[in-house]
This record gives sequence, structure tokens and C-alpha cells, in this order.
Amino acid sequence: MGDASREILRRARKQVPEWSPSQVHEALANQHESGHENQEIVLVDVREKHEWNEGYIPGALHVPRGFLELQVEEAVPDKSKTVVLYCAGGVRSLIAGTTLQQMGYQNVISMSGGFGMWKGGGLPFVQPRTLSEAQSKRYSRHLLVPEVGEQGQLKLLDAHVLLVGAGGLGSPAAYYLAAAGVGTIGIIDADVVDESNLQRQILHNTKRIGQLKAESARETIEALNPDVKVITYIERLDETNVARVIADYDVIIDGTDNFPTRYLLNDAALIANKPVVHGSVFRFEGQLTVFKPYDGPCYRCLYPEPPPPELAPSCAEAGVLGVLPGIIGLLQATETIKLLLGIGDPLVGRLMTYDALAGEFSELRLFRDPECPACGEHGHPENLPTYADVCALPVS
Amino acid sequence: MATVRLAPVLRATVGGSKQVSAQGSNLAEVLNDLYARFPALKEQIQPEENLSRFINVYVNDQDVRYLQGLETLVGPADTVILLPAMAGGR
Repeated sequence: MGDASREILRRARKQVPEWSPSQVHEALANQHESGHENQEIVLVDVREKHEWNEGYIPGALHVPRGFLELQVEEAVPDKSKTVVLYCAGGVRSLIAGTTLQQMGYQNVISMSGGFGMWKGGGLPFVQPRTLSEAQSKRYSRHLLVPEVGEQGQLKLLDAHVLLVGAGGLGSPAAYYLAAAGVGTIGIIDADVVDESNLQRQILHNTKRIGQLKAESARETIEALNPDVKVITYIERLDETNVARVIADYDVIIDGTDNFPTRYLLNDAALIANKPVVHGSVFRFEGQLTVFKPYDGPCYRCLYPEPPPPELAPSCAEAGVLGVLPGIIGLLQATETIKLLLGIGDPLVGRLMTYDALAGEFSELRLFRDPECPACGEHGHPENLPTYADVCALPVS
Repeated sequence: MATVRLAPVLRATVGGSKQVSAQGSNLAEVLNDLYARFPALKEQIQPEENLSRFINVYVNDQDVRYLQGLETLVGPADTVILLPAMAGGR
């Protein structure tokens, strides 16, 4: 250390009061006991990111010294609070303290001995989970979005999303969720890839005609993003397996093509209290909503009974513009990410419709039916007809 | 005259139009005006006294089940939407 820096330190010591780690610990404990109303002490870690990643004091805010002047007023807007700064050894925090005083903070303390002495004294610290270098690169555009950031990306990597069907809606939804780094994607589909699927089901390709769709989906997803674990279920969703299949998932994406499965999934999701992101398509038009159990309406509130088969053709019978499920499936993926991160206003209690020919989105308000046989006050979702015998359409 | 918009599956019953005009001061009258011109529509959505349970009807984006049902008032500038459930996803 040269003379000039020794002089800077000497002045800082005169100017900025110091607390030992045990004094800081005690002050934080007292504050914790007195409850949330009196959060007079704010703890700020001024170390670099790589130091923070190796452990920090619980409750501390991270404002690296290089960004101190630029970020601290956002992190600690109230300048009358007691701001306790710490670094690794107690030197950088002392100098940072003089900066904060210049900026008008009235009660600035530097923790002597820094995080090293805190940790060495056996005081509690947390070690944050962090992304690997490769993940930081892959998801860098997410990390730049404050609503996602590193913690949001970790949430996505921990998330489990089930796709019921790897077809028109399931393909784009699964593909983009995999790109976004949703860590576990379950796919239930018992069909094989047919040539007529390739006009819209982008997870599959010409070479895979005749292959199981779930396996084809796994190949495509794993090639895109090795972070994603794909779990396949080569079965049709029915009463015997629905509870088991959905049990491990946070969000379910409904991309089926028939009413019995939609009713079955609705009831099972209510019982298991899991949100279902619902989408459906027909020729040039699509519908989308989020069924969040007991928070908004369920599928049976919206459609108490299925229409007769002549009014409910599947894509195979009615046709669909190939790009349309792409749009609706991606909106489903978007709603799923919002639910997983807890951001924005999910489409709960709102039905969005899209008319491709008109180029129009519109929105209808949906209500929970107090008399709903599934989610109403006296509802019993465990034992309702799914109309499998009523609908002339095959269950898949 | 009120505007009535139809979901794609119902359009064949009104000659393929996406939107038709109809007269009446409440929903029942508006629908009856349509049924008189397009009897096939009645068979699809109201074969009996009440509206079928698989069809959702909105007046100005509000579900009529939570308004006054067939008695819901419909003004000349209002839009009625007829929307049955869709299943397609594959």
C-alpha cells in the first residue's frame, strides 16, 4: 500500500464508524426480533460478483463497489437508514463508506474485518446458487431482463412443465420452453409421427415419420438444450394414470385435441391444485386461457358440457392453418413462464381469442361458476363424467 | 341493429358469414330474429327452450350467464358473440 492510499484509509477511519462482525450480528438479530416495521439497518455487500457467489450474509443487498454511486440510491432509497457496509476484509467497505457519506447517507457503518472475519467467527452465511459459465452465456438475454435475471433463470431451470400432447400446440410450446431453460419437460403422447403432422408439429421431421412423437420430441429438445431433462410417457391420459402423471409438475399445458381429455385433465388438476394453460385451435382461429384452481374459473365453469361431435371437429377433420397452433402454443409457453416466475398478469379468468384472417386478438371475461360441479362451493371434481362415451371422437 | 359474431364452427349455418346483424331489444329477440332467417342455427345452439350448455354467449364481452341470460338487454350498438367450445390442438 502506498502513502496516498494509507492516507485515504486513515481519513476514512476517522470519518466512518466501524462495527465488529459480532456487533453487526447482534444489531441485525435485535432488528429481526422487533419485526418488519422497524427495518432501520440495511446491510450492503460491496464485493465483486465472484466473491458474493462464494457466500454472503443473509439479508444483505449486493451493490459491487464499482457500481456503488450508480446503484446504491436504487437499492437504499432512504438515506436516513443505518447502512452497514461490508467487503472481504473491511478496507473497501471503509472507503465505500466515505462515498455514501458524500452522497448524503447519514448513518454509514463499515464492518471491520469484513466477510472473512464474519465467516471465520462462525456467523451464519448463505451460498447462492449460480449459473454455470455456459448457462450464463446461453441465457444472457434473460439475465438482462430484470424480471427474469439469474434468480428467475434458476427458477426456470428448477421448473417442471408437463405437455399433454406433442402435436400442434405442444410442439412450439415445448420447443421454446426448452430454449428458455425450463429444466424438466414432461411429454405424454402415445402417437407416432405422421407425414400430415409436419405442416405444423415442428418438433418432428421427415426422417422421424413412424417414430413415437414423445421420443422424437425428446431428440429435438435435447439437441437444442442439454440443460433440459425430458420425461416421456408413451401412454394415453386416462382415469388410471392422470393423477400419477401430473403429480410432479408445476404447470400443465393442455394441447390435446378432444373434450374427454380436457375434462379429465381439468378435474385432476383441480384435485392436485395445478394450473392448466389451455389452448385450442380451429382453422384460422385460436383460444387461450389459464385455469388456476380456485383462483379463477375452471374448464367446466367455461364449458359445462362438450358440444356434439358435429360442432367439435378435431384438426384432422376440420383442418388448421399450420402457423396458427404456433401462435397459440407460443402464447401458452409465454403464460407458463409468467406463472413459473410469478410475473405479470396471467390470463386467469380471461379468454383470449385470435382470428388470423382478421388479424385480431380479443378478450372475453370469464367467471367462476359458484354452482360448478367441479370447482364450485359444493363441487366434487373427483367423480364427474368426462364424456368419453358421449363424444364420438377418439381419446388421445 | 345489434351485431352478432359467430365462432367458425357455426358460420356454415348463416351462409358462411363471420358476422351478421339482427334485430331485437334483448338476447332472446335477437336470436329469434336470426333463427327466423337461419333455422339451422337454432338447431345447433338452442334446440330446446334454453341455450345449450356447450355454447357461451357474450354481450359486449360479458358472459350472459352472469347477466340476465336470454333476458339480457341488447342495444343497437352492442355485439353478441356465440362461442362453442373448441377442442383442436394437434
